[in-house]
Amino acid sequence: MEANWEPKILAFLCNWCSYAGADLAGTSRIQYPTNIRVIRVPCSGRINPLFILKALQSGIDGVLVSGCHPGDCHYISGNYIGRRKSATLKRFLEYLGIEEGRVQFSWVSAAEGGKFSQVVNEVTQGIKRLGPSRRFGKRSDEFRVQSSE
Amino acid sequence: MIQQKIREKAKELLSKKEVDLVIGFVKGTLPLRTTPRFIRNPEKTDRLIWNPFCENNLATYLHKFRQFKVGLVVKGCDARSITALFLEKRFKPNQLFLMGVPCQRMVDRRKVEKAVPGEILHAHEQEDLIIVEGDDFEKALKRDDFLYPSCQACTHRNPINVDVLLGDPVEEFPLTEIHPEVKEFEKKSPEERWNFFEKESGRCIRCYACREVCPMCYCAECFVDSSNPKWIERGLSPSDLQFYHMVRAYHQTGRCTGCGACERACPMEIRLTYLTQKLNQDVKELFAFEAGIDPDTPPPLSAFEIEDRQEFIK
Repeated sequence: MEANWEPKILAFLCNWCSYAGADLAGTSRIQYPTNIRVIRVPCSGRINPLFILKALQSGIDGVLVSGCHPGDCHYISGNYIGRRKSATLKRFLEYLGIEEGRVQFSWVSAAEGGKFSQVVNEVTQGIKRLGPSRRFGKRSDEFRVQSSE
Repeated sequence: MIQQKIREKAKELLSKKEVDLVIGFVKGTLPLRTTPRFIRNPEKTDRLIWNPFCENNLATYLHKFRQFKVGLVVKGCDARSITALFLEKRFKPNQLFLMGVPCQRMVDRRKVEKAVPGEILHAHEQEDLIIVEGDDFEKALKRDDFLYPSCQACTHRNPINVDVLLGDPVEEFPLTEIHPEVKEFEKKSPEERWNFFEKESGRCIRCYACREVCPMCYCAECFVDSSNPKWIERGLSPSDLQFYHMVRAYHQTGRCTGCGACERACPMEIRLTYLTQKLNQDVKELFAFEAGIDPDTPPPLSAFEIEDRQEFIK
């Protein structure tokens, strides 16, 4: 791992709350790490777990999924469904051996510009500590552990 | 005897035209095997058998017979698969006649093959033993020492939500908080767990036997065949093999009944139930839901509670 390695983190932000919150962080000129790349989705319930898996497979070092607080979803119950999917997926990935902290979740409202930058800070620090994603990536075929047969 | 009851019931259903066909097990061409059979003629029901090699989950064939009335021989796990399918509206009410059989648990033919010194020519059940014969050997093995992993941990041997129970209910093992194999696996470090998964999935040849044999895998277009979006490629890149197994297991969340048919069908003997059992356990812990028990509770990922757990969310 080079000394100047910077993680690449994908952030799925729901259009109505989290994306607006990120936007507010920007207009308020709050500084946050530039490692994140944002993908805007209509609702956190839109997140297909395969998006997260595809991201990890493509070499992304970490994923953040952020939505509206419970009760505030623009589509009423999308974030509740997303919450259940997130819970089961997170536990499953950790069980498989993907390091805890690679995939993280948050509730950020449209007024929480400060919270958004705080969340991004925490997630980035955590992923920096974990190091590049070596498991499950297409390019990790090179780093494959030699199993004893 | 259960075998006789199955034959009589199947004959009765077909003679009275209560069903269009009966799906059950008959003797396989190889020792230690049975084969599913689709019977329409009441006279041919005398071929049906019942023994600890009746390992298939017959519910998987129902997707091909949706326009017929079908009678089906089901074990505990199979009956739960059918309830889970009813929840997903795969059948109309009264389309099926379920002949439930309390299950003595299925024998792992691979374990038996490894325990004898030569090619097996004959095998049969005798009380709680399996008598295995070859050219120059004969061995009596204790059936309960040679069960499939999914059957060892089974807590639902008696079928529920069936039309008739053909045999006396058997004793159930107590429901454990945590599935024993999952508990053992969780003790390993993340690196050990990943190495195990990588090694197991690395043998995969993408034959999709696991998918074909699973009653819950019935999508008209499976995610592996999707080209827009293209999730994985068709080759044997280790990363794609891992993706396939992660997603096929994850698609069973809240739907899998732990029958183990996937594992038994795999020609490369890949361990699969240790993944789905973890998801089953999480669903039970998080949402108090177990697949195939209650035909009225909605599937967990299509529902929510205001008070669902969210301690993992920042």
